[in-house]
Amino acid sequence: MQDIEQLLDRMTDDLRAHINARGLSSLCPVGIRTGGVWVAQALRERLGIQTECGELDITFYRDDFSRIGLHPRVSPSRLPFETEGQHLLLVDDVIMSGRTIRAAMNELFDYGRPESITLAALVDLGRRELPIQPDVTGTHETLGPRQRIKLRGPETLELAVEEVPDA
Amino acid sequence: MPETSRDLQLTADGELRHFLAIEGLGQALLTRILDTADSFIEVGERTIKKVPLLRGRTVVNLFFEPSTRTRSTFELAAKRLSADVLNLDIGTSATSKGESLSDTLLNLRAMASDMFVMRHSQSGAPHFVAQSVTPDVAIINAGDGRHEHPTQAMLDMLTIRQHMKTFSGLRVAIVGDVQHSRVARSQIRALNTLGVDEVRLIAPDTLLPHEPEALGARVFHRMEEGLRNVDVIIMLRLQHERMEGALLPSESEFYRMYGLTREKLAYANPGALVMHPGPINRGVEIESAVADGPQSVILGQVTNGIAVRMAVMSMSMGGQLNERQSGTGEGVAST
Repeated sequence: MQDIEQLLDRMTDDLRAHINARGLSSLCPVGIRTGGVWVAQALRERLGIQTECGELDITFYRDDFSRIGLHPRVSPSRLPFETEGQHLLLVDDVIMSGRTIRAAMNELFDYGRPESITLAALVDLGRRELPIQPDVTGTHETLGPRQRIKLRGPETLELAVEEVPDA
Repeated sequence: MPETSRDLQLTADGELRHFLAIEGLGQALLTRILDTADSFIEVGERTIKKVPLLRGRTVVNLFFEPSTRTRSTFELAAKRLSADVLNLDIGTSATSKGESLSDTLLNLRAMASDMFVMRHSQSGAPHFVAQSVTPDVAIINAGDGRHEHPTQAMLDMLTIRQHMKTFSGLRVAIVGDVQHSRVARSQIRALNTLGVDEVRLIAPDTLLPHEPEALGARVFHRMEEGLRNVDVIIMLRLQHERMEGALLPSESEFYRMYGLTREKLAYANPGALVMHPGPINRGVEIESAVADGPQSVILGQVTNGIAVRMAVMSMSMGGQLNERQSGTGEGVAST
């Protein structure tokens, strides 16, 4: 697994290029709990963004409620800025099916209509189920059928591949 | 009936399936209800105060006893969860035409309802419904007879936790007509389960249940003693219809003895919370200067009521759905 600092540096460069190409001013960072918030904070620091990080908990917007019920752990979302008319930087640690990002965008729109949303993900595992692609990605990885990837933090960020026990 | 509360309310995995009573629910589950409600408070502060959890589900407010406030907060809670809501005041419709409770419920099931929010003057009516009539509809108790009013108790617990951060070490006094209060019964259970130091009941003997200590509470007859070193004061509503019997001499006599005035409030700890389930009778249970004063959290209770109801509705609906197709839900999150 690659060094996280290098991945974050690369993402920062790519985001700068993206910001310049699109002519975006003052991006407001929003991380998806929990790992996405850590990555968002790291990117915010590197990009020198003044605006505080928003934190999204997408529990109430998940599309698997009717299959598995309400997730046991939920904490309030926190957006310390107006999203209406803003350029948002939405950040998650891992993207796979794209369902989390779908839920996050639905939630963001309940706060107002952003001018644009840029999507950044530290790790892209492929296997998309929805037509959603990050604008900036740290790395692409392929996992075995019984593996999953986890971001550990928040002091030192570290990516770890875990074996999923048999159901 | 009470023996089966726990089994009725929980799925095999220990998830909420119906919300009928505080009795039978453990500390971990009550804490989870409060945590979930905390997140719904944030939803209520947004521009668009709605989440899609119960989208396409039908919630029936089934009120066999009138109640404007409880019904409207349940209605708002269901709407903020994106459910379709049907309000039925049964007292004025079918039952007066001779239809039985079971028949009314069968008809509602035929309308493909997913959840009944039920208030009934008979203790145990929601248990009866959860048990016998509706295997795949979630039942929420909105107050049954003198038995329990669990969502009111949980919104009070949420209010206490917001201000006091924790339950351990707290002394809580419940003042007034405990005997006829389903709210008090749920509150005492919730407070003890969540681990407060002491629950006190302050009332004349005529307004106390026969064995108040069995509920896990200490009894006081005088406010001067009962309020000493107390951190939270919960005033109960004095129902006017109770005054007609021989239980109390008069409203003014009750106010003199048990009404929460500024003088009596001074016996409690400085900064003690003043709570009331509403609607308040000013000058009967509580002085206006106290009800509107800096220690009163009465209006915050109303806001919390919506969030707590959203929490128990989404948790029990989730448990119900999960159970309907048990074995197929893998519980693995997709990213």
